[in-house]
Amino acid sequence: MTVTTPKQQQQPVKKEATRDAYGQALLELGETNKNIVVLDADLAKSTTTLKFGKKFPERFFDMGVAEANMMNTAAGLATCGKIPFVSTFCIFATGRAWEQVRSTICYSGLNVKIAATHGGVAVGADGSSHQSIEDFALMSSIPTMTVIEPCDSIETRKAIKAVVDHQGPVYIRLGRSPSPVITEESTPFEIGKANVLREGKDVTIAACGIMVPNALKAAEDLSARGIEATVINLHTIKPLDRKTLVTYARRTGAVVTAEQHVLEGGLSSAVALALAREYPVPMEAVGIDNRFGQSGDPELLFKEYHLTPDDILQAALRAYGRK
Amino acid sequence: MNTRPTTQELQTKAKEIRRHIIRMLAKAGSGHPGGSLSATDLLVALYYGKLRHDPKNPKWTERDRFVLSKGHGCPALYAILAEMGYFPISELDTLRQFGSRLQGHPDMKRTPGIEISSGSLGHGLSAGAGMAMAARIDGLDYRVYVMLGDGEVEEGQVWEAAMAAGHYKLDNLCAILDNNGLQIDGPIHDVMSPLPLLEKWDAFGWHVIHIDGHNMAQILEAYDRAEAIKGKPTIIIAKTVKGKGVSFMENQVDWHGKAPTPEQAEKALAELV
Repeated sequence: MTVTTPKQQQQPVKKEATRDAYGQALLELGETNKNIVVLDADLAKSTTTLKFGKKFPERFFDMGVAEANMMNTAAGLATCGKIPFVSTFCIFATGRAWEQVRSTICYSGLNVKIAATHGGVAVGADGSSHQSIEDFALMSSIPTMTVIEPCDSIETRKAIKAVVDHQGPVYIRLGRSPSPVITEESTPFEIGKANVLREGKDVTIAACGIMVPNALKAAEDLSARGIEATVINLHTIKPLDRKTLVTYARRTGAVVTAEQHVLEGGLSSAVALALAREYPVPMEAVGIDNRFGQSGDPELLFKEYHLTPDDILQAALRAYGRK
Repeated sequence: MNTRPTTQELQTKAKEIRRHIIRMLAKAGSGHPGGSLSATDLLVALYYGKLRHDPKNPKWTERDRFVLSKGHGCPALYAILAEMGYFPISELDTLRQFGSRLQGHPDMKRTPGIEISSGSLGHGLSAGAGMAMAARIDGLDYRVYVMLGDGEVEEGQVWEAAMAAGHYKLDNLCAILDNNGLQIDGPIHDVMSPLPLLEKWDAFGWHVIHIDGHNMAQILEAYDRAEAIKGKPTIIIAKTVKGKGVSFMENQVDWHGKAPTPEQAEKALAELV
């Protein structure tokens, strides 16, 4: 567990898409680690892997619109000591090619890194077909899989480096739209180790991805109402940092989760399981409740699907009230 | 291989492998005799007559790779790997049993000599293409062989892989199609015809070789010709007989996934002498 202080939420907040940080990280890591190879499925501009492809054409393969084949091609490369990064949109990586990930990559214990972009409804205008809100569930359910969603661009660069150093399959969810940069270069990142961004005695908010900035905003607003919240960045959905979670569940007596994912099988499910087993406290979950996404501006979609700071605040009040 | 065995020697070895298959499946009480027996000659010729490998060093970087994409044929592969010294022959008796290294379908983490786990059809050609691409990146001259079933090629992913291997001109990749003509629900042309095979693979940019998959001389020649083809991958479409070598199993769809009883096994072994 690490306690860090996030940047002050002064306006204007710097925004950067985590997918851009991914492309940049690959470029840097590809320089020093010659085992890194990158595969994309005709989305190399969108996922930003094209930067790597231009610099290292001999280690970049556009596999066309054929995700299942791409996934197992990566598996084959991994058996020969390569560290393949496989990129496409989250829904195609985890949905279209799920069984390839399960049966060939994970069952074989292969060192394949699935770095997919366009997670959640924040994709916006493309609508439901391109908005992945089930990917944590799909990937977390596979034995041995590691599942990560970084909270901002700075964390993404660190996460990609950690993913290269990690031995074994990893799914890392990245975002399309620019999102607030809330961590510092000095903020630590370790797979499976949560970062506590703010400490408060009354309620714990555990969030991942771009819900972390929303959680911080909710905590500020709660503070104005006299309720002090702890905010934990649970960037690793699996394996979950149960120790940090339970520590703060004990201290605060109430927990709220916040994720851009359906309520089944994602962060809230993982947190609920850990708390039920180790230290049950009142818990509320902010997430998408049994609905598909739709086209629209991300901000409007966050309101429609109850993912805003105010939704987190209301959930925190409910959890707090149940203590 | 320093010296290639004669076709006679290969035939004798194949008979031995078929006997292992019958014994293993009878002991296990389940498994897939039909597709194991149809693939046996192709696999014996590959392992004893072509593949560059070292049973004492299964992870040798420069070894040729073999992927059994039709993973249910693994009894044939296990028997060959055991005969070649990858693991003790006595272990063949543990097939499909709890705690065994010899799982019902190939498992690369448990079994020495297995290059990648398989069993879910349609995955292996993609993986083989990945291995072939790795060879290219590393400037190594190893070759990759992938065995497909003819029911398996109904999987869409096989054609995604065929397209990619053709596109990237992976001439170090050789697919071997065990064309026994039967799948679980019946003859392939009745269930879901993948025919014509030659024209399809040709259209995807592959060199196609047709052979009798039980003729050792033809098989060896096909492996050599495939190696000589440059600028495109090769597929060897091998006409085979499902259940080959056991008269009452030959061309019988019911022997796809059923183990022989002890009496049937005895009868089968009597034919394989």
